[in-house]
Amino acid sequence: MLNRQELTDIIRAFEPETEFPEGTQLLEAIVPAEKLFALVEKLTSDTKTAFNYLISLTAVDFTTHMTVVYHLDSTEFRHLIVLKSLLSDRENPKTDSLTALYATAEFFEREVFDLFGIRFNNHPNLKRLFLEDDYGYPLRKDFRDEVNIIER
Amino acid sequence: MGLIKSMKDEDFGDNESLELLKKSGGNVFLTSIDSILNWGLSNSIWPLTFATSCCGIEMMAAGASRHDFARFGIEVYRASPRQADVIVVAGTIVHKMVPVLKRLYDQMPDPKYVIAMGACAVSGGPFFYNSYSVVRGVDHVIPVDVYIPGCPPRPEALLYGVMQLQRKIKGDTIFGKDEQTDRLL
Repeated sequence: MLNRQELTDIIRAFEPETEFPEGTQLLEAIVPAEKLFALVEKLTSDTKTAFNYLISLTAVDFTTHMTVVYHLDSTEFRHLIVLKSLLSDRENPKTDSLTALYATAEFFEREVFDLFGIRFNNHPNLKRLFLEDDYGYPLRKDFRDEVNIIER
Repeated sequence: MGLIKSMKDEDFGDNESLELLKKSGGNVFLTSIDSILNWGLSNSIWPLTFATSCCGIEMMAAGASRHDFARFGIEVYRASPRQADVIVVAGTIVHKMVPVLKRLYDQMPDPKYVIAMGACAVSGGPFFYNSYSVVRGVDHVIPVDVYIPGCPPRPEALLYGVMQLQRKIKGDTIFGKDEQTDRLL
């Protein structure tokens, strides 16, 4: 198991543009969206880190930008990191899919696409998971539905 | 009265079913049939195994050994709606769940009863405002006999709700159905 400082050093060596916010419970790394896939690929294949398990993939709408949040775990070494990828184009967000590295990412990404409208490049089957095709993206902060939502 | 030997009348106060019970007292023969039939019905209510969120955990707790609502005859969870008498809507119903719930209700044989358990099933509860997906009260979909508030209600509350349902069943009559609440949509 690598400690926080060792993991920070490894990630910084892989991707120098990464930022590490302080005061977080888990080790967090903010990665530029276009560099994320390459970084995760290295973290997965490297024998010291061996992040072989994608626990969670979700997104947050900050109204100025979208953030995709990844939780990576190593079942071998039991360490865990949080990766955040900022998408500045909020209206038409796009990022790379992790399906090539984690099979479980397929459904996570379909859910994120369904609820936030974030498109994932190279996804094998990017269609809506729960909702109808013309529904809109309900977890975006500017989503409005006069019929079903009682605002407060 | 005296039909419900295990429960005293003053425990419940007045409600409509008591009035119905009094009204149906005109014919001695029919009320005897009613009382036997309702005694059987109300003491063997079989619930459907149907729980959509945390209220389901409380429903399981109510069925397990500490609270054990088999004592009151709401006995055995049926996996098939065709064998169930009551559907306890334990949890949030979202719009995508509505066709499933309606279908389950339609598949249950008469006489059938509905208990809306918890704030979500009663009114949408914590999801009343700013939710795009939650149905605001299960009575928009199926007719409800007993509402149990709480988030989630404790097993005792479910027990009390079940006893109220039993009391309601004991007020039913096989004739003069038009005087009762119309259960059909």
